[in-house]
Amino acid sequence: MMAEVEGKSGVKSMNMIEAINSALDIMLKRDENTVIMGEDVGYFGGVFRATAGLQEKYGKTRVFDTPISECGIIGVGVGMAAYGLRPVPEIQFADYIYPGLDQLVSEAARIRYRSAEDYVCPMTVRSPFGGGIFGGQTHSQSPESMFTHICGIKTVIPSSPHDAKGLLIAAIEDNDPVVFFEPKRIYNGPFSGYYDRPVEPWSKHEDSQVPEDYYRIDLGKAKILREGEALTVLAYGTMVHVAQAVVAEVGIDAEIIDLRTLLPLDIETIEKSVEKTGRCMVIHEATRTSGFGAEIAALVQERCFYHLEAPVERVTGFDTPYPHSLEWAYFPGPIRIGQALEKIMKE
Amino acid sequence: MAKSAKSNIPPLKLHVPEPAFRPGDEADFSDIEVPPVDAIVRPDEAAAADSIKDLSFGLVRVLDDDAQASGSWNPGLTAEQLREMLRHMMLVRAFDDRMFRAQRQGKTSFYMKCTGEEATSVATTMALARDDMCFPSYRQQGILITRGYPLVQMMNQIYSNRGDHLLGRQLPIMYSAPEYGFFSISGNLTTQYPQAVGWAMASAAKGDSRISAVWCGEGSTAEGDFHSAMTFAAVYNAPVIMQVVNNQWAISSFSGFAGGERTTFAARAVGYGIAGLRVDGNDPLAVYSAMRWAADRARTNNGPTLIEYFTYRAEGHSTSDDPSAYRAAEEYAKWPLGDPVERLKAHLMAIGEWDDDRHQAQHDELQKTVREEQKKAEEKGTLGHGLHHPFDTMFTDVYEDMPWHLQEQCEQMLEEQRTKFGPDWEPK
Repeated sequence: MMAEVEGKSGVKSMNMIEAINSALDIMLKRDENTVIMGEDVGYFGGVFRATAGLQEKYGKTRVFDTPISECGIIGVGVGMAAYGLRPVPEIQFADYIYPGLDQLVSEAARIRYRSAEDYVCPMTVRSPFGGGIFGGQTHSQSPESMFTHICGIKTVIPSSPHDAKGLLIAAIEDNDPVVFFEPKRIYNGPFSGYYDRPVEPWSKHEDSQVPEDYYRIDLGKAKILREGEALTVLAYGTMVHVAQAVVAEVGIDAEIIDLRTLLPLDIETIEKSVEKTGRCMVIHEATRTSGFGAEIAALVQERCFYHLEAPVERVTGFDTPYPHSLEWAYFPGPIRIGQALEKIMKE
Repeated sequence: MAKSAKSNIPPLKLHVPEPAFRPGDEADFSDIEVPPVDAIVRPDEAAAADSIKDLSFGLVRVLDDDAQASGSWNPGLTAEQLREMLRHMMLVRAFDDRMFRAQRQGKTSFYMKCTGEEATSVATTMALARDDMCFPSYRQQGILITRGYPLVQMMNQIYSNRGDHLLGRQLPIMYSAPEYGFFSISGNLTTQYPQAVGWAMASAAKGDSRISAVWCGEGSTAEGDFHSAMTFAAVYNAPVIMQVVNNQWAISSFSGFAGGERTTFAARAVGYGIAGLRVDGNDPLAVYSAMRWAADRARTNNGPTLIEYFTYRAEGHSTSDDPSAYRAAEEYAKWPLGDPVERLKAHLMAIGEWDDDRHQAQHDELQKTVREEQKKAEEKGTLGHGLHHPFDTMFTDVYEDMPWHLQEQCEQMLEEQRTKFGPDWEPK
């Protein structure tokens, strides 16, 4: 059992925003040191509504709006953590995180090490990421590999309401800084990658069934979504759903694994699967070069080389800024994945 | 080169600042205005920021040219307090001299003196409560010394030896001492600014009574973090004191490269609508008094203050640079605000509470203390001479729990040591 559930109240159908809101609500209630801050998160409840109602419930010193300064938001968070708080800042879009990068990379990530635990930074930076919403090049990026490259930060990406809540609670409880990227394309419903088909709401998906009470999903544990023998497909966030749809369409017996936490990575689950299937494909929406897929390809060939029957296949976004009108030509959708499946199975 | 077709318009010119004096020039600071004591009278701590804008452009002074303390900013310290201040400042200077020499002797990689700026960390710390939180930059060793942090621990850190509680991970002088209200020094400039504001916001949100104080140099006010911090401090009325030690030089770049040609650094406060004070940084009583004013203001929910200490960096930036390569040799000797240790000494003598013999005796005593502590530290090793922390501490504290990939890399590193030192080698 991966989820540890507490309390007796029921299970409710939630979309990912509602699940995140529920996690924040529970953590504000359980720990008076939890504070939420960010642009528009207070009175208004966030541009995606993830913090709706929380300021009213917990007051302005626990949930508050900030100046438009990501450097300030994250830097202030580091100072609050030094005081003893557990800040959960929101960066409105992952594309806006760069002005706060120095505070994350040089400060939050290193404070435990450089001070030999005199100071720690239990801060969770939430940020919507990824494309597929016609956000153009400044509202669509997937910068996760910039963070997996940094020692001292954990990087977590949920792919369903159920996981989003359990992982976010675990992230907030973690005593190290966590970057929690929320795939905004699937806030309101899973996405098959067939952008021209009708959108499905979360309510039709079993992972929209979210316990109303506290539960956590441990960081560093992947989830096998579909067992199979033909190949291993590794994905996270939005691409988990696209991968599932394409695999179903093609009718291939793939083992599909949702990584959920990129760092620390659940290498055991990956190794076990690849040793079984002999083939490995990794899918991400982020640009290709130096993307997380490169790390996966290296790890799999280092550790499973003699089990491999084909080169590790990367299916990714292209190495361009995320385009606006040509969004779907950039997106690693069913055609790109389908062709990669064909290629890897031919070897 | 591109040339504008509009040839009748004079060409644009790029202004690249240039300091007044370079090596070989004779320094002349006669254009620096040193106003008399009480040119600006001390306002009430609760005064509205927009009613005291002139404080950002003046110069708070207490000690006059005859070393007498007077005026509304005179903090009225007892002779005992003044002697304590002098003692701390002299200890900082003795410590600096000894550690600078240790670096030259190859016992460590790096050192930074604060000569000429001692008042900005000693007098300020004396004006804070013991449990107020300090977010220093890299030249505030006076905070630790004033709060009684053991010298041997500072030296252990400088030597990265087996006694270094930071396990030899940090560049020398990047101390950390939570039990002394001293945040871990970064090395990336001005990152501590928003952190200090966040700490102060947390203290206010919790209804605490502690405030925070943060230091940076004038050069690094150019960092975005400085301005983010100012914005947050102003927006949330945070109980924080933001201090700019304007020592004129950022390594080899004079203050003009941070905008110092146009206005004062204290004037940054005006744009943010918070209190700003410009202070004679070599007048320890003025420094104490300004900090006390700002601390009282912050503690009574009257908000943040930006203080500029107008001072001079008497030595190089660090052991790694030679100031004679970029500035005039006699600048410090001609600095119109004198030397903080000499000025405080002169004041104590002027009021009949000190004399040359006592001064010399204290000087000798502090040097002896520093030497003794240095011996103790060196028993635990100096940099590069073996007595470092165990090898595997390189991998601990990256995360609270060590993930698999770090465990594997740690094993690899230990194996490399076995290759180097032989199969019987034990990690230590």
